[in-house]
Amino acid sequence: MIIKCPYCGPRDVIEFTYQGDATRTRPEPGSADQEAWNRYVFDRTNPSGAHREFWLHGGGCRQHLLVTRDMTTHAISSVAFARDAVKSATGERK
Amino acid sequence: MAEIQSPLGKAYVPGDHGNAAGGVGVTIRERRNLSIIQVTAWSDTIPAVLTAIGSATGLVLQNKAGLGRVAGEKSVFGFAPGRYFIVGATPELELRLRSVIAPDLATIIDLTHGRTVIRVSGPRAEWVLSKLFAIDFSEHAFPIAYGRATLHHDIHTNIQRIDDETFDLYVFRTFARSFWQTLGHAAEEVGYRVE
Repeated sequence: MIIKCPYCGPRDVIEFTYQGDATRTRPEPGSADQEAWNRYVFDRTNPSGAHREFWLHGGGCRQHLLVTRDMTTHAISSVAFARDAVKSATGERK
Repeated sequence: MAEIQSPLGKAYVPGDHGNAAGGVGVTIRERRNLSIIQVTAWSDTIPAVLTAIGSATGLVLQNKAGLGRVAGEKSVFGFAPGRYFIVGATPELELRLRSVIAPDLATIIDLTHGRTVIRVSGPRAEWVLSKLFAIDFSEHAFPIAYGRATLHHDIHTNIQRIDDETFDLYVFRTFARSFWQTLGHAAEEVGYRVE
């Protein structure tokens, strides 16, 4: 599998480490909602199709990436720096 | 001042090795007595850091992925967003950079004792390096003076292209002897000279 890093260009998957599901929403730190924490920690949808996930390009520029990958075909439709994607979602300054 | 010892030790054997029938496919040597400094800019200070690096070294870069410049023993290249290697034969390179780059612009780490620099040159350099690293070494994909960060197995390596058939490899000092031997094995096929 080849992942096209936004900085380094196309690289083999051996340079990357999977860092988990990027669709989860972390409950507020002070939340005592056990169901919400349980969903956050354990529940995964495991869809057959496009899925957002975090990868670390540890063997290259060492940036965290947000990758959209098809779970069935492994085709990758988008790759972005995770910090940019998170900041634009939260409206935080880049 | 104590003399810096090469980590290559007895593995560094000058002379011709491997298949001599086809001539010398690549020449490999260790570049010594360099200062190797890593500068990491904050996300909003990259243009200011590039200006400061230019004023300290005379090598001015634009903010473009992997871009680098080479002038004699001096070189600069980017290998990640806002991260640069600055290399030169000047012992006070770190001080010179610190005089123009305050902590609110970037962090500066002296890697002089942490990296070994191996120069690979010759008509078969692209061929030999392609055996070790899963990146495209052709000149259209990896232009002169550009930098790359990649892996050979678990040995992280920064690579800068110096000219059409010359590359500098920056490997961790503690892995340098092992890597040197692997490089020799990869180059045996084309014949190699150690200078």
